[in-house]
Amino acid sequence: MSRGILEYEKRLAVAAMAVLLIVLFFALICVGRYPISPLRAFEIIGKAVFGNREGMDIYESNVILSIRLPRILSGVLVGAGLSVSGAVYQAVFGNPLVSPDILGVSSGAGFGASLALLLSAGMAATQGTALLFGLLAVVVVLNLSRIKKRSELFVLVLSGVIVKSMFDAMVSFIKYIADPEDKLPAITTWLMGSLANVSYRDVVLCSVIVLPCLAAAMALRWKMNLLSLDQEEARSLGINVKKLRLAAILLSTLMTAVTVSVCGIIGWIGLVIPHIARLLIGNDYRTLIPASALMGAIYLLLIDTVARAATASEIPLSILTAMIGAPFFAVLLRKTLGGRS
Amino acid sequence: MILEVKNGSFSYGSREVLKDVSFHLEEQKIMTILGPNGVGKTTLLKCIMGFLQWNSGGTMISGKSLTEYSDKELWRKISYVPQAKQSVFSYGVLEMVVMGLDKENGFFYSPKKEHFERADEMLKELGIGRLADRYCNELSGGELQMVMLARAMVSGPELLILDEPESNLDMRNQLRILDAIEYASKEKNTACVINTHFPSHALRLSDKTLLLGRGYKKKFGSTEEIITEENVEEFFRTRAKIVDFAAEGKTYRIIAPYRIADAPEKIQDEEEAR
Repeated sequence: MSRGILEYEKRLAVAAMAVLLIVLFFALICVGRYPISPLRAFEIIGKAVFGNREGMDIYESNVILSIRLPRILSGVLVGAGLSVSGAVYQAVFGNPLVSPDILGVSSGAGFGASLALLLSAGMAATQGTALLFGLLAVVVVLNLSRIKKRSELFVLVLSGVIVKSMFDAMVSFIKYIADPEDKLPAITTWLMGSLANVSYRDVVLCSVIVLPCLAAAMALRWKMNLLSLDQEEARSLGINVKKLRLAAILLSTLMTAVTVSVCGIIGWIGLVIPHIARLLIGNDYRTLIPASALMGAIYLLLIDTVARAATASEIPLSILTAMIGAPFFAVLLRKTLGGRS
Repeated sequence: MILEVKNGSFSYGSREVLKDVSFHLEEQKIMTILGPNGVGKTTLLKCIMGFLQWNSGGTMISGKSLTEYSDKELWRKISYVPQAKQSVFSYGVLEMVVMGLDKENGFFYSPKKEHFERADEMLKELGIGRLADRYCNELSGGELQMVMLARAMVSGPELLILDEPESNLDMRNQLRILDAIEYASKEKNTACVINTHFPSHALRLSDKTLLLGRGYKKKFGSTEEIITEENVEEFFRTRAKIVDFAAEGKTYRIIAPYRIADAPEKIQDEEEAR
């Protein structure tokens, strides 16, 4: 079958992305206000992995191991998680314009974090409340949409809109009453997303949730193709639409909620990275899921490097993801669609 | 009896659509459902398959009530061919056809080489092997409908349910769909239930016909008995002639409408009142 070549090309593209991610991982860990050579970085990480800290420059190893490594690791997990969430939500709703916050996760988490920051709670408490309210928002949405026991997709979307606007309004209210000297800037910064303050605790938190969810998305990736069809059509193909939809919503919501609670709201990735992947390798979820994960990881890795290294002060991620991403996406869109007609 | 509907009634809220519909279809036979727009043909198909729940009465498949079937068991027996429309995300034709095999497999299944080979074989059987490498959203309506048919047939079901498969197609493509349905019935021993707007297609294909009309009128029987000039006038309010003609040594029967029939006053009043 001539088709085999095409499949082979797709898999090759995914493999190339994986290699690129690994290369970037080691390249970008050297970039920053304190440059370190790649070889040296490699050596430090290697020694740390094997528990051998002899003959290491304390300062260099601190920069690599305590500051950059956790940041880069969580960037990879967050980027992959958000992007795969977006791709999965797009299948659930059979709609390419859907992003991970369609069911209100980000808004709920944003409210939780703002509330905690307003009450001057610590970092851990802020993350905890963000996670809690993120999940709560989706639970409310799912319950709202259960009319007459069967939940229709458009009711689900409308319920998402309702809950989202409720939480967004409450965030605005908190910003309105927050102390403009210290609390308001903290809330605003958090809402724009940043990986500046992540620690190994966050890496662990992210891994525990994101990795199993990514594995589940990988295991169900063929089924996502069927899920994206009309509901009745999908059902007639013998899949349990309800169960599959719930599993998909659950895993995407968990991933989004945990990433938002760790590093704030990072826009754009969940909506657009899956599209870039679609343009490059097609809609088949068998390759779209791994490609989205890798491209999301690569993209956030690059963006976060700009965020921390471009200027003396940190630039919030949501600003950069769109400011750098939008022109790139525009060019890609014109090129691909131009080539097709 | 592969399919039997007994006294099926269905209403959307308080609006009754189907009332006391009964029919039955033997294995390997073809049945057509005919009727003017809006009498509930598509609703009937949805009720047959359980997408909509009968208010009373029910569907029997191979002598067993639909409600006793698990989803898996049901869709292994029957396949549904929706009206071809382009999907939101464009998938490859081969992938689309392979999706017809998920019903045989579990939750975490993903198609393997042998599944793709079966899909490819199915495309070739239907004479559209050349489409295997194309994408669904670049196909013509006729080609896409054939792909949907291939997807429904690849699992070898005992019953195919088709919702206006030849609507919106040109003459050549209509004939291709009809030939493919005939192939499914004769060569694959699949029974077919077809919603159609074309009485001539019913005459060409089907053994049984269910005629639905306004005011919960219905007639069921062998196609020859049901599709008559009188019934067409009664149900479609159209004057038509049934014409036999011979071509290339075969006889064909078609129905040619020639004039809108005068409606009884009562019905006309009803329609104006709407």
